[in-house]
Amino acid sequence: MKLSTKHLLGIKDLTKEDIQLILSTAEQFKEVLQRPVKKVPSLRDVTIVNLFYENSTRTRMSFELAERRLSADVLNFTASSSSAAKGETLLDTVNNILSMKVDMVVMRHSASGAPHFLAKHIPAAIVNAGDGINEHPTQALLDAFSMREKLGKLEGLKVAIIGDIMHSRVALSNMYLLRKMGAEILVVGPPTLIPKYISEALGVRVTYNLQEALKWCDVANVLRIQLERQNQPLFSSLREYNLAYGIKRKMLENLGKEIVIMHPGPINRGVELDSDVADGPYSIILNQVENGVAVRMAALYLLAGRES
Amino acid sequence: MKTILSEQQIALTVKRLAHQILENNQGLANTVVIGLQPRGIFLSDRIVAELKALVGTTSIHYGKLDITFYRDDVRKTLHIANQTDINFSIEGKTVILVDDVLYTGRTIRAALDALLDFGRPSKVSLCVLIDRRFSRELPIQPDFSGKAIDTIVSDKVKVNWRENEEKDEVVLV
Repeated sequence: MKLSTKHLLGIKDLTKEDIQLILSTAEQFKEVLQRPVKKVPSLRDVTIVNLFYENSTRTRMSFELAERRLSADVLNFTASSSSAAKGETLLDTVNNILSMKVDMVVMRHSASGAPHFLAKHIPAAIVNAGDGINEHPTQALLDAFSMREKLGKLEGLKVAIIGDIMHSRVALSNMYLLRKMGAEILVVGPPTLIPKYISEALGVRVTYNLQEALKWCDVANVLRIQLERQNQPLFSSLREYNLAYGIKRKMLENLGKEIVIMHPGPINRGVELDSDVADGPYSIILNQVENGVAVRMAALYLLAGRES
Repeated sequence: MKTILSEQQIALTVKRLAHQILENNQGLANTVVIGLQPRGIFLSDRIVAELKALVGTTSIHYGKLDITFYRDDVRKTLHIANQTDINFSIEGKTVILVDDVLYTGRTIRAALDALLDFGRPSKVSLCVLIDRRFSRELPIQPDFSGKAIDTIVSDKVKVNWRENEEKDEVVLV
């Protein structure tokens, strides 16, 4: 068994079997991470470059740790401190790096489709670590892994995705993945942050009412309000957003049922999540971060093993 | 197809292996058994059951080890990982590694690497049901061997277990 794709560009290209394979391999890597020596020699002969054209803490560290735990050699590239600032094109930069015998590229870019463009022009395997407002496949995989770990299954699970659906690559990847795995999806947010025709295009339900969504769902995946991606103000103020769509502890306690709160980070405390929710018993946010390393190890391992 | 070991012979051989392990590791006080995933587990399950009956104890430290991530051919063929479950310390212990067939020795080489990531055992012994001798690619030999056979590369030794196939049997295909 192996993955059906050479690259991990988006969940859109994966089959259900691919997703299952990555998640079950991640389970084994999670066990490896509990050992006294948390490192395996699998990718000893593989060199990976982390190409980050956009800021990141969690994803970059998580990828780098995953690569090192697999014994790969790791190169880091940050656009702000590189020749990209002198005007070198993306393709030139990557071809120069590849001529130093690099096998895999992990890339984050603010332009949607940047990794897909690279995949057409270079031979190395590419892992998308987030491209613009398109996809963030490893985040969706680690979200799915965390949901499955907490609730035992994905099929039939009721998942609400709350917040800035319009600008969120996490939301899009999550919707693709959860649909493929047979979960039910409800997207929630102010009308200005939900794309038109989303229910026809992606087979999800839409509501503008947070309370209704919380009552219905098993899992609430709360997105970050991405101020840096908004050229025009789509809601009047952060305070107003918090009043209408912020998750508060009291709301969850009044539901009288189990609910799991997730967030891809970084959290805007007091905007989409109140602190006592983020740090409270409903939240599995730090488990998501922990699982991220195992899931990325699985994805890298399976892509590297596909070579010949 | 030629039968190498029948169901009755396997039962006897497992008993003998258990006795030999016990003979060399008195009382099993400082000894742990680790079966190799996926197919070594069927043999280690039986050996551990036999050892428990012999010693009259129910608490033998018994773990399962998957060596997929330690293979030296990751980039040639992709192998699917199985569960590793070692919930005790192997520091200073005698470890009995158990696998069904010893052939090139590469699996055991990987298993030794994997094992050392869990601690420093005082001694590691190897127990196999079938030893395909004269086909080793590494200097590795079994300490406890069910049956040694001479084979050529094109031969395939298949160990069937009740749990998967209909009966316990070792055949040459």
